Amino acid sequence: MTSPIAGGVDCDLHPAVPHLTSLLPYMNDYWRDQVTTRGMTDLISQSYPTNSPISSRPDWRPAQGKPGSSLADMQRQALDKFGSAYGICNPLYGVQMVFSEDMADAFCRALNDWLVKEWLDKDDRLRGSIVIPVQSIEKAVAEIERCAQDKRFVQVLMLVMGDMPLGKRHYWPIYAAAERLGLPIGIHAGSAYHNPPTSVGWGSYHIEDYVAQAQAFQTQLTSLIVEGVFARHPALKMVMLESGFTWLPPFLWRLHKFWRGVRMETPWVDRAPLEIVRSNIRFSLQPVDAPPEPDTLNRLFDHMQSDELILFSSDYPHWQFDGDEVLPQGLSPDLVRKIMIDNPHATYPRLEVGHDPEKWSPVFGQDHAQN
Amino acid sequence: MNVQIRERPDAASSTGIKTAIADCDIHPARATKDELFPYLEKRWHAHLETFGIQAYQGMMEGRPYPKAQPNASRRDAYPPEGGPQGSSLSFMQKQHLDPNNVALGVLNPLATGQGLRNQDLAGAVCSAINDWQIEKWTSKDSRLKGSVVVANEDGVSAAAEIRKRAGDTNFVQVLLLSRNVEPLGQRRYWPIYEAAQEVGLPIGVHAFGFGGNPITASGWPSHYIEEMVGHSQCQQTALASLVLEGVFERFPKLKMVMVEAGFGWAPSLAWRLDKVFARLHSEVPHLKRKPSEYIRDHIWWTTQPMEDPESRDHLFQTIEWIGWDKLLFATDYPHWDYDEPSRVLPAGVSDANRQAFYLDNAKQLYGIA
Repeated sequence: MTSPIAGGVDCDLHPAVPHLTSLLPYMNDYWRDQVTTRGMTDLISQSYPTNSPISSRPDWRPAQGKPGSSLADMQRQALDKFGSAYGICNPLYGVQMVFSEDMADAFCRALNDWLVKEWLDKDDRLRGSIVIPVQSIEKAVAEIERCAQDKRFVQVLMLVMGDMPLGKRHYWPIYAAAERLGLPIGIHAGSAYHNPPTSVGWGSYHIEDYVAQAQAFQTQLTSLIVEGVFARHPALKMVMLESGFTWLPPFLWRLHKFWRGVRMETPWVDRAPLEIVRSNIRFSLQPVDAPPEPDTLNRLFDHMQSDELILFSSDYPHWQFDGDEVLPQGLSPDLVRKIMIDNPHATYPRLEVGHDPEKWSPVFGQDHAQN
Repeated sequence: MNVQIRERPDAASSTGIKTAIADCDIHPARATKDELFPYLEKRWHAHLETFGIQAYQGMMEGRPYPKAQPNASRRDAYPPEGGPQGSSLSFMQKQHLDPNNVALGVLNPLATGQGLRNQDLAGAVCSAINDWQIEKWTSKDSRLKGSVVVANEDGVSAAAEIRKRAGDTNFVQVLLLSRNVEPLGQRRYWPIYEAAQEVGLPIGVHAFGFGGNPITASGWPSHYIEEMVGHSQCQQTALASLVLEGVFERFPKLKMVMVEAGFGWAPSLAWRLDKVFARLHSEVPHLKRKPSEYIRDHIWWTTQPMEDPESRDHLFQTIEWIGWDKLLFATDYPHWDYDEPSRVLPAGVSDANRQAFYLDNAKQLYGIA
């Protein structure tokens, strides 16, 4: 077993919203009334059914309530257990699935405020990701600017499957805001289910959707690279979260080969795809889609041709590993230090800034003027 | 590639010094629009003149992602007698089959009746294409073997076409495309698998096709390169569907070839499938083995466009994870991203693996003596 070292940064933790009603205190009167009058129930995505084995390790599943809904459990099972100095919270709540951009905006704002109050305020190690209503660029940028005043928000969070490929120019104001504010864009597994969850249509099973996350990440990387996002925003970092990474080398061989063949189509792509990935793209560690033998994994790291791409993650409470084996076997001490400490700090510039409550605190439920 | 910097050497002069190869992905084309008419009932002539071909995409002429070159094909592959690239047997022989010593060439006709919205038309065009393959190609050059194209969205019609060709040595496989109305493991396609297993033909699943679904799970991208790269993600998902739906459990003798979709992604996909299966097997109790075992036993891979890492060791390690016995050499003639046989494999491969890669795996799979 490779042991974690103290002071690491866990880049993918999932605090769970117990129920939509938990967000009511963070909504204005109009949306509180909408939720109750219309009988809206919880927002649970098919990407992570509550009782699916993927959604929680068996020994991390609480006796009651959703996995990941207890701060005390997260502290004991992840933060303390792996000796993390920081943990980045990526809430996976189904706010991206609703089709009304106004409703999505209200729910995102409530979710971000809930994260501050219920999690970030209660443990100094925790940092947050800003969940945004991606259907509306104006509202998404406004939410980024609002939340970024709290320096504990260290990235912007998007799902890997949404309405359009993420490289599309439509989304660039989001990237401009993120770059300006020192926020990487985290792209997490999961679908808004506004398109079929695979590129060949709707499958039959939850397991197909989960396997297909890796293919969705591949198509998004293509889109982000060939649309020229990183030519326009060279300082922007993007982090692929719960993406897997063993697909990366053969994916880049292919993209590089075709880019050499048809680069006249996208002349603004000013560097080879592999170079763009090395400078601008990072991947969370879990899940490790490889056999357990250290030899194979070390060959895969060799194929990646960089030791700066991977960021430590437990993916708590999702079931990616058993026992204490949050790190795969056979990693060198140097690589462990890079993955757990150096790479995350190089990726998230706001990580150590922390929060000054004198400067900003949200006014819950008051500044939601829409409708 | 787009720009031909060097003169191609006179390929014919090197005939005889090259070892024989199998080319498992050759694309024959029609010289004219009405070349199929002799094989179609009269009613379809009028139909095609009036309504044309309507597939699961909006454009009747042209393409939503224009190709990099006309017909996505080599500029030097236009036959001297006219017509598009790949439409002349004599020129294909002169430019490709003879100089490269192709002992077995597998024809994969594209832009046929596969993936048409009108299922009666789809069935008629596919059957016509199969007759056309025999008359124009395989009966005139014994090195060439055809692929049975089928109206894939209509499983019953497709199965009938496969059974109609049973025992016909002009054909060595059934051809499907990766992108369809539903993922390929879905039951609407099972009659195809049942018929293919029954008549003993492998199924080639060629990248491309239109099923009406966006080529990413996040909607339609902007560029041709995204469509090209995206085909390999579609293929991964289609293969995952075949495995997870239990197609290989239900049809244990079925063999499939992944054509023109890459193979470098196979180990990572298999590892991911195995890992997730370990967690979620209760959802798919019809699977009796690990997903990677079905892939290892039932799937072959054509090589073009060849994986091309900076380090040849990375290529060799990847092939070892898949198996040297599972790769089938292909050029994709006459398409622009054609792989030159002599340049595909780096030095450092054993003679036995080289022979398997270029010829023997294909002969064995397709039952060619």
